[in-house]
Amino acid sequence: MALKIIASQCSGCSACEPECPNVAIFEKNGTFWINPKKCTECIGHFDTPQCIAVCPVENTCVIDTSQPRYQPAA
Amino acid sequence: MQRQAAEHKGCGTSGGGGKASCGSGAGQRDMAPEIWEKVKNHPCYSEEAHHHYARMHVAVAPACNIQCNYCNRKYDCANESRPGVVSEKLTPEQAAKKVLAVASTIPQMTVLGIAGPGDPLANPEKTFKTFALVSKTAPDIKLCLSTNGLALPDHVDTIAKFKVDHVTITINMVDAEIGRHIYPWVYWKHKRYVGKEAAQLLSERQLMGLEMLTARGILCKINSVMIPGINDQHLVEVNRAVKSRGAFLHNIMPLISAPEHGTVFGLTGQRGPSARELKALQDSCEGEMNMMRHCRQCRADAVGLLGEDRSAEFTTEKIMAMEVNYDTETRKAYHAKVEVERRAKVAAKQQELDTLAGTNSDLKVLIAVATKGSGLVNEHFGHAKEFQVYELSTAGAKFIGHRRVDLYCQGGFGEEDNLATITRAISDCHAVLVAKIGGCPKADLRAAGIDPVDQYAGQFIEKSAITWFKNYLEKVAGGEIAHQRRGDANIRQGAYIAA
Repeated sequence: MALKIIASQCSGCSACEPECPNVAIFEKNGTFWINPKKCTECIGHFDTPQCIAVCPVENTCVIDTSQPRYQPAA
Repeated sequence: MQRQAAEHKGCGTSGGGGKASCGSGAGQRDMAPEIWEKVKNHPCYSEEAHHHYARMHVAVAPACNIQCNYCNRKYDCANESRPGVVSEKLTPEQAAKKVLAVASTIPQMTVLGIAGPGDPLANPEKTFKTFALVSKTAPDIKLCLSTNGLALPDHVDTIAKFKVDHVTITINMVDAEIGRHIYPWVYWKHKRYVGKEAAQLLSERQLMGLEMLTARGILCKINSVMIPGINDQHLVEVNRAVKSRGAFLHNIMPLISAPEHGTVFGLTGQRGPSARELKALQDSCEGEMNMMRHCRQCRADAVGLLGEDRSAEFTTEKIMAMEVNYDTETRKAYHAKVEVERRAKVAAKQQELDTLAGTNSDLKVLIAVATKGSGLVNEHFGHAKEFQVYELSTAGAKFIGHRRVDLYCQGGFGEEDNLATITRAISDCHAVLVAKIGGCPKADLRAAGIDPVDQYAGQFIEKSAITWFKNYLEKVAGGEIAHQRRGDANIRQGAYIAA
């Protein structure tokens, strides 16, 4: 699973973009999106996903259950 | 008077006892020349300048690194107008173009501030890129920024490098127990902190940043939001803490809070202060340090004199289509003209004040003034979007605040007619000085105990106010009228938005 941003709640503030260690976040039409192929849920980088930690709108960066769980290299 | 001179360590920090005599309300004769030079054209740092000079904010900094209970970034209503809310974000390049366009159209525009809509220092690249572009193309414009202070210590050297000589820090507490009721979290070094730990961290970084700035001779203004029941009493302590660290000016602002803003405080029903509560707190801090009372709590994309907002004239679309010819000479000539007006105003005030010498009275009364700027009584009663309020005593006329009466978004005021709104906004005043007023409102104001005065149309505010006060004292002394105390007044919520 990767994280996703619920577009209808995103205020477009851009706080998450520079915090992502995987450069997985990009802007499209005024809101921000996460590339699930790049997202590692910050595993191996930080204790908590940085987009969740910095986002000003609660429950806007959430786990995308439609994506397979990220598997760090053994 | 020159006690606090020499160093840039703020107001009277070196002197014992007496009140610091620089800052917002003060004029040229009250402060060191190098400090006067920095503030004389800055509407936010000098009350006297705010009648003549304009500022603009560019919204290049959308990200924030803390959460405040009085702020909601999600909310986006077309009529919304609070700090933290803007109509459109700008890139640094767009912002630089906007600055040139505005400065060419409005020669009074002397100051560029970056105040958000998030925190400028949570967007350091965008903020400093904007400063770099503007300082190249419009070197006569003063740069300033406003921050929550969390990231401030990391950027003090860059701030100094770009010659940003005015920085505002919002400090609402110096006690984490109080802070935890204001800040749910802060984000620092890849971690979200909550509760007391968050407030403690924020407070330490704010005070460290303030000390670092004042050590470099950068003028610091402290903004504090007055939240009744949470930090209202505590702000006296905040005032002492920031004064001792060399802050130049303290601006205590009323909380803006309504359920429709969707903020935590709006939803919990936390109220803002009344006009009298705000003034009482400002007065009690004034013994320590001069207070800013002319803040309009403007948006992060405001343009114009404080109390007006011309941002609608400068949308990105309009700016990009504009041919800009930035002419420093024209601007200089305009500023020279303004300086002549200012000197005439100060001289007229002093002359009138001299005629009060020898008059003994403990009376203090408030009056409201309708003005369009330039320090003149020059606005019609019915056209006024705000009234400026002056406190009159035998010491002279002192600006103590403003009251909004424009009709946007009736938050909390219902659908009552305009005149009732105005009467409530200035009900602590004995008189209202206007350029012109109709017969009907005149009679209604008299019935409400407020004297409508139109005989000073087009004249200097302070001189007129002192003349009026002199007449008032004479009438009271002669038994013609009996002095009566006035009640409290409402502070209108929210900042200005273009009509």
